[in-house]
This record gives sequence, C-alpha cells and structure tokens, in this order.
Amino acid sequence: MIYYLARRTAHTLFVLLGVSILTFALIKLAPGDYFAEMRMNPQISPDTVASLRHSYGLDQSLPVTYLRWVRSILHGDLGFSFAYNSPVWPLLKVRAANTLFLTLTSLFCSWLLAIPIGIWAATQWGRWGEKACRAGTTLLLAVPDVLICLGLLAFALRTGWFPTGGMHSLGFDQMGLLVQFKDVVLHLALPVLALTAGLLPTLVRHVQSAVGEVLDSPYIQAARGHGIPRRRLLFHHALPAAANPLISLFGVSLGTLLSGSLLIEVIMSWPGLGPLLLEAILERDLYVVVATVLFSTVFLVAGNLLADVLLHWADPRIRVE
Amino acid sequence: MSWKFWIALLALALVHIVILAAGFIAPYDPIQQNRDFPFAPPMRLHFIDAQGNFHLRPFVYALEYHPEASAAVPYEEDRAQVLPLRFFVRTTAVFGESSPGGSLRLFGVDTPHRIFLLGTDDYGRDQFSRLLYGGQVSLFAGLLAAALSLGLGVLLGSVSGYYASWLDQLMMRGSEIFMALPWIYLLFAVRAFLPLHLGARQSFFLVVGVIGLTGWARPSRLVRGVVLSAKHRDYVLAAKGFGASDFHILRRHVLPETFSVVLTQAALLIPQYILAEVTFSFLGLGVSEPEPSWGNMLANMQKYYVLQSYWWMFAPGLALIPVFLFYYILSENFQRSAPSQQR
Repeated sequence: MIYYLARRTAHTLFVLLGVSILTFALIKLAPGDYFAEMRMNPQISPDTVASLRHSYGLDQSLPVTYLRWVRSILHGDLGFSFAYNSPVWPLLKVRAANTLFLTLTSLFCSWLLAIPIGIWAATQWGRWGEKACRAGTTLLLAVPDVLICLGLLAFALRTGWFPTGGMHSLGFDQMGLLVQFKDVVLHLALPVLALTAGLLPTLVRHVQSAVGEVLDSPYIQAARGHGIPRRRLLFHHALPAAANPLISLFGVSLGTLLSGSLLIEVIMSWPGLGPLLLEAILERDLYVVVATVLFSTVFLVAGNLLADVLLHWADPRIRVE
Repeated sequence: MSWKFWIALLALALVHIVILAAGFIAPYDPIQQNRDFPFAPPMRLHFIDAQGNFHLRPFVYALEYHPEASAAVPYEEDRAQVLPLRFFVRTTAVFGESSPGGSLRLFGVDTPHRIFLLGTDDYGRDQFSRLLYGGQVSLFAGLLAAALSLGLGVLLGSVSGYYASWLDQLMMRGSEIFMALPWIYLLFAVRAFLPLHLGARQSFFLVVGVIGLTGWARPSRLVRGVVLSAKHRDYVLAAKGFGASDFHILRRHVLPETFSVVLTQAALLIPQYILAEVTFSFLGLGVSEPEPSWGNMLANMQKYYVLQSYWWMFAPGLALIPVFLFYYILSENFQRSAPSQQR
C-alpha cells in the first residue's frame, strides 16, 4: 500500500511538473505581456516600463524565469499578480475555495441522484422505464451547458425566486447565521443545478451499465434461483460488485465538473477560479494564469488519486496484484 | 446500423448543406444592420389574412415600431401592410456586403420592407441570417478541429505504437500531462498565450488550431492501443517476412484496423469541439463581432435585459441541441458496432 501510494505520488508530481513547464512555456512564448499595453501610454516613459519589467523579472529568459518560479513555489510563494497588485496566493485561496465548494456540492448532488436513477433504470431492463431513462439522458446530454445556464438565469429573472449571480447578497456580514446559510443556499442553487444537469446523464448511464452488467452475471442468476429477495440481491450482492467502475468514474467526474464549472461560474458570476482565469487571460497576468491552471490540475489529479486509493481499499483483487 | 443511425446521418448532412448554402438561403447579409428595428420579434408566416381568405403564398405583416411604448417588445403587426413572400429574389447591393452586385436569395419580401423569421438583435441584424452564417463558423470549427486532432492522433499513435521506442515513451508521458489538465482549463491556458484581437478569419483558424492541437492525447492513445495489438497479427508478420516496408505495412495492414476507433472518436469529438468554439466565442476569446458565430450570438444573453425580454436570442443555443443529438446517436451506433473497443 505504501509502495503504491509513493509511486502514485511520484507520478502526480511528474504530471504537475510537466503541466507547469507547459503553461509557462506557452505563456512566455506569447507576444506581449502585461506591460506591453503600458508601452503605448505616452505618460509612462520606456525607462519606467523597462524597470518595471526588470523588477518583475519579465526580461529574463524562459528557463531562468521558470527556475526562479519553481524556487519561489518551493518557498510557498505562487508569484505576484500584476493586475491585482497583490501576491497570487491570497487571491487564489478564496477563489479556489469557492470553486471547490461549488464543484463538491454538485458532485455530491449528481451522485446522490445518479445512483438511485441508474440502479432503477438497470432493474427496468427492456421495459419502458429503461427507455425513458435512455431518452432523457440522451436529450440532457445534447443540451449544452451554456443553454442550461442561460435558461436557469432567465427563469430566475422572470420569477425572482433566485438571485441571479454572485455568492452572497449585499449586507451578508450583518445577517444572522441562519439567514446567511439560506442566502448561500439560494445563491448556490442555480449553478449547482446547471452543473448537476451537465454531469447527471453521463453518471446515470455508467451506473446503469455497471449495475446492469452485474445483474446479468451468472452468480446473480444463481442467487436469484436460490430465492434471495430482490432487495437483498440488489444491495447486498450486485452493488458492491458494480462499485469498481463507479469509483474510477468518481475521479473522472471531478475533472468534468471542473471544466464545466469554468463557464458556469463566468455566466452566473460565481466568484471562483473561472472568472479569475478569464480576467487573467485578458490582462495577460502571467502568474495568475499559471497558478490557476496548476491549481485546477491539482484538484483533478487529487480526485483521481483519491479514486485510485478508494479502489485499492474497496477491491481486494487489486491489492493482491 | 439501425434506422436511427441513418436518420441522424441524413439529418446531419441536411443541416450542413443548409448551413453551407447560407449565402443563398439566408435572406440578408449577416452584418447588415437595420437600426430602425432593434430587437424585433420573429415574424409569423401567415396563410390566412384578416378577412379569412386563404393564400397559397405565405405572407407576413410589416412590423410597426413604437419606441415610446413601455412594453419590453414595442412592436406590433401592421395588419394593413401585407408583405407576400417572394422567392428567388435578387438583393440590392448594401454597403459593406461581401458581394457588391447584390446576390440571389431563396426568399425575401419587397424592399424597403424586411422579413425577420427569427427576429433581430440589438443592431437590427436578422437573426435567421446570422444563425445560418454563424453555423458555418461554429459547425465547421468543430469539424476542422476534430479532423486536426484525429489526424495528429493517427500520426502520433501509429508511429509510437508501431516503433515502440523512446518516442513511444515521450508520447505516453506527454499525453498523460495533457490529460491530467481539466480540458477547458487547458484550452484556456493555450488560448492565453495567443494574441487576443484578431480578424474574423484569423481568429477562426486560431480557435480551430488551439482546440485541435490540444485534443491530440486521447485519440493518440486509442490509436496506439489498436496499432500495438495489430502489429503482432500473423499477416503483419508475414508481410514483414516478405520484405514489405514499414510504411506499406502501416498503410495497408495496420491503419485500417484503427478505422472504427477513429470514426467513434470523430462522432464524440466533433460536438465537444463545436461546444468549445461556442464557449470561446461566448467568452470573447474566439470569433469576434460583427462576424457571427453561435457563441458570440449567445453572448448577447449575458446582458440581463436581453435574457429577460428577448427569447428569440436563444436560437443559436437551441440550434445546438439537434446537432448534438444527431452526433450522439451516431457515436452510440459506432460504439455498439465495435463492442470490443474501450471507451
């Protein structure tokens, strides 16, 4: 187990290193940087721009900047944001927490829905329930996230039942704890709904096929022949056997959610990583882009690692190998 | 292949033909503005007039604009002005139009009146025309990017699978890095280093390039897997024994095996890439105004007053649904016909 974990962690570090080099190289190759726009401004002398670039280390070559950046990372410093005029870490911390909050809630909600729906659809094999489920998931798959999001926003605008963006209402700090909770839940509802709607069809299909495959297997047929009640058959014999592909899917679904949440955060103005990354790209805020991308990768890789460890724990067959 | 497959294929072909023929089917140029008709609602095609008489030739009523009215959509149908639909009309030249002599269009109404089948946007541009022209950008961006990705995937996958050298190691490790990144974040990171303000044509090819080149990892790995298993087949070994060149073996014996993987991947990747282009343009990182793309048309919806009052602006988003649906049906059928293949 320890050997396994060590190997996985080494692999993770390798991936992160590769990702950081990749993003760094891409952005360094870019024509123009944050200070390029300043050069157009007649009120700022070229000397000032040059000295600013020098003080931020932008005049150095790619390997030098990269090595300096790695050194500062090892000291726990993610660099400096030009646009916000502040270190990256405090900026990123808040945004990342918000994104994580949103995605984990959606992850929870979509699995909570997907597992019962998928199991139900698997038991309905060949009947109308399975067909309805298939049609529903196909349709939901075909509706793009943007449209779901805009539709939900239009709904919120029409009815006024939900706030149309952001994470808190004005005067959030003065509210009581219960009101604060209600406020956050209301703000959370639409983005979570949009994200869940995006992920749900894929999950339902996987749960359905995993459970359906197990239900078809000879030992379940045998158990059924022995007269084991349906409920016990399903929850005691079929589900644990179907868990493996679902656990690996868990890690993948985190990645899907992260990608999906970027656009949804921007549309619903949720203060997460998405809007931060978009602004940073438009402003050419080098270190913010690198840090955001790296952070999203850390989420994803951590999700996959967690799924692998869970799999290791849940399935004795993998431990033996 | 089931009947659903053929219907989906036929429908997709139809959609693409209509979109390609936008220069003929759309009544107006996509960037032609009608400042007198901002946010005009879709016009209804009528067959029965106010007196209850039936007309074989469909007609619309002219729109009357009441800017002083407080309604969100200050337009009314003017029942006195009947505009019969004319077919195969030649448009008069408009300043800024791409074809200076005017062009032949499928339908239209007598000038100076205009027909807006799907309403107009804030500049009074015909949404129906923009939808068709925008489809050229969005749908073909997806197609081209998928072709690029798959081409790269077949090339890298077959070389690394067939030769299995340090190149193979490099490809596998590289693809791991690319697949470890959340996809949209990867796209954005790559987009970040490219220039932001570009002409329509340049930004189209830029977006296609970015989407296509960042998507090489998964197809490469899938193709590599097939090539790895194919190169130990007896007939490949036999061909090798007869002294066939590597290129010949790859082309004749190995690559045909990858065909079904490539087809399945294409049906999966194209909608994904269409969506990527829409996302880019929606966020202002792709094809920019005034050239239409389904993404930047939807971007209008980011203004709350548009979202609240002008439902016809949803059209490009709704148009995506059938396209995606057809592609999903295709990919499902491909997957079912190749059951051994991994996802």
